[in-house]
Amino acid sequence: MNRPYLQIDNVGMVFDTAKGSFTALVDVNLKVARGEVISIIGHSGCGKSTLLNIVAGLTRNTSGVLLLDGKEIDSPGPDRAVVFQNHSLLPWLSVYGNVKLAVDKVLSARMDRRQRHDWTVHNLELVGMGHALDKRPHEISGGMKQRVGIARALAMEPKVLLMDEPFGALDALTRATLQDTLMDIQAKLGNTVIIITHDVDEAVLLSDRIVMMTNGPSARIGEICEVALPRPRRRLELTENPEYLRARGAVMRFLYERQRHPKAA
Amino acid sequence: MSVEAEPMPQTTGMLKLPATAVLLAGLKRRALDVARVIVPPLISLAVLLAIWELAFSGKGASLPPPSKVVADTWELIAHPFFDRGGLDKGLALHIFESLKRVAVGFSIASLAGVLLGVLIGSSSLAYRGLDPIFQVLRTVPPLAWLPIALAAFRESQPAAIFVIAVTAVWPVMLNTAVGIRNIPQDYRNVARVLRLNPLEFFFKITLPATVPYIFTGLKIGIGLSWLAIVAAEMLVGGVGIGFFLWDSWNSSLISEIILALIYIGLVGLLLDRVITWAGRLIGGPGTF
Ligand SMILES: Nc1ncnc2c1ncn2[C@@H]1O[C@H](COP(=O)(O)OP(=O)(O)O)[C@@H](O)[C@H]1O
Ligand SMILES: [Mg+2]
Repeated sequence: MNRPYLQIDNVGMVFDTAKGSFTALVDVNLKVARGEVISIIGHSGCGKSTLLNIVAGLTRNTSGVLLLDGKEIDSPGPDRAVVFQNHSLLPWLSVYGNVKLAVDKVLSARMDRRQRHDWTVHNLELVGMGHALDKRPHEISGGMKQRVGIARALAMEPKVLLMDEPFGALDALTRATLQDTLMDIQAKLGNTVIIITHDVDEAVLLSDRIVMMTNGPSARIGEICEVALPRPRRRLELTENPEYLRARGAVMRFLYERQRHPKAA
Repeated sequence: MSVEAEPMPQTTGMLKLPATAVLLAGLKRRALDVARVIVPPLISLAVLLAIWELAFSGKGASLPPPSKVVADTWELIAHPFFDRGGLDKGLALHIFESLKRVAVGFSIASLAGVLLGVLIGSSSLAYRGLDPIFQVLRTVPPLAWLPIALAAFRESQPAAIFVIAVTAVWPVMLNTAVGIRNIPQDYRNVARVLRLNPLEFFFKITLPATVPYIFTGLKIGIGLSWLAIVAAEMLVGGVGIGFFLWDSWNSSLISEIILALIYIGLVGLLLDRVITWAGRLIGGPGTF
């Protein structure tokens, strides 16, 4: 078998808190192939963000090793671009300026001024934001902000695109169009994507594999569900598809039978 | 990117009449808006002046009524720029001298305040070391600095400027520090993913994220500067609105004192507005 593109090996995370140490993750093992879309699902507080931040390098794992394309992950970097849940655009920069900041920093060795400008505009057009280059973040809707956040991440040409509940704060219709945009882009560019979600349908629709996490503390990967649906996927055609229903059922049973949320009544 | 250069729609002619009506309605609404802002203060001002006039127009009143203030000081109101040499100058020239001192002192305070604020905002060691000292120093009233400043500089001009600077520096510094401490973790994470170096982080994240806080500090600072300069000038003398005030008192020209007070208030308001405007210009519309 090929060497996996991203390899998470026995990763554990113990936080030092005021009330003593808190074990968030134990023995997380995962291999991700290049071009694969992985979603991570689990009840809130189980450690999904912690795991994603470890892959991003924003949080240092307390045990285990992570390898991306043969190199150990020990600090954040643009090869693991993150799309944050609350968009985290810089409010004093325009839509264009937010993406350009990333492009200037990450690609200035390879591209001259003209090319960096074109690349910035190209990525914003890719997410359908070419019409709003000069708008400030507070002038656009939540869905548009997430599009810009995705453009900023894509513009860095990351090896892995990391998304922490990117559509969690959006209404259902906006969320559906953003999911479609993401699938289109991923089909075109072949990105490797790890996306956190708490929405079962979103997980099944988007992913090649769904990683299900047990409840914390000491959360681990409980099950992994393959989604053998051909791409491109159309949400309407999937509603009756047996494979879709099987995957959906598997995730539902995991979440609501075996890992009933302790606080949920 | 390109602006669409479509021909004007054919219906323009047909729309002419309604368009004029819309324009008129818009003007009317604007006029109403302006009236809503201007009329109430005008009314309260008129009432205030009337009460003042009534209360102090009797014989033996300790203060002159507004009509007498205007009559007494008409020469000063009408000729703000006269200059008979020495300290005998128009009010505008006095105010201009005071503003020059404020400009110098406030600039020093702004620069020092932002630098110190950045220092104690970004280093917790510096914060722990310096904050207690600053907390003590900032409670010292402006004029209490004057004797020590006169002793140190041996001249009134730099002493007055020092008093302004030391008065205005604290709010600028403390607000800057708060701004830096309040930079959202998200922005820091973005910077870390992009691998911004400390210099890039300072100019691309810290400074713009802190601008609204800095301007809040500057706004408080400019107000305190203006308070301090008038008081300092009363003591150190030389051309300036504070000196003018004190000189009028010594000559028992109460009307001139009242006129000076009004000018001081108006200039103070103007200074506040200038900083607000500069903040909006630099920090964008969301700054205040
Ligand atoms: N920096 C931290 N210090 C202490 N505990 C933390 C820290 N970050 C997260 N945790 C804890 O780890 C657990 C997992 O958090 P998180 O990864 O944010 O969950 P999720 O994203 O799945 O909702 C939670 O119990 C949370 O309180
Ligand atoms: Mg989370």
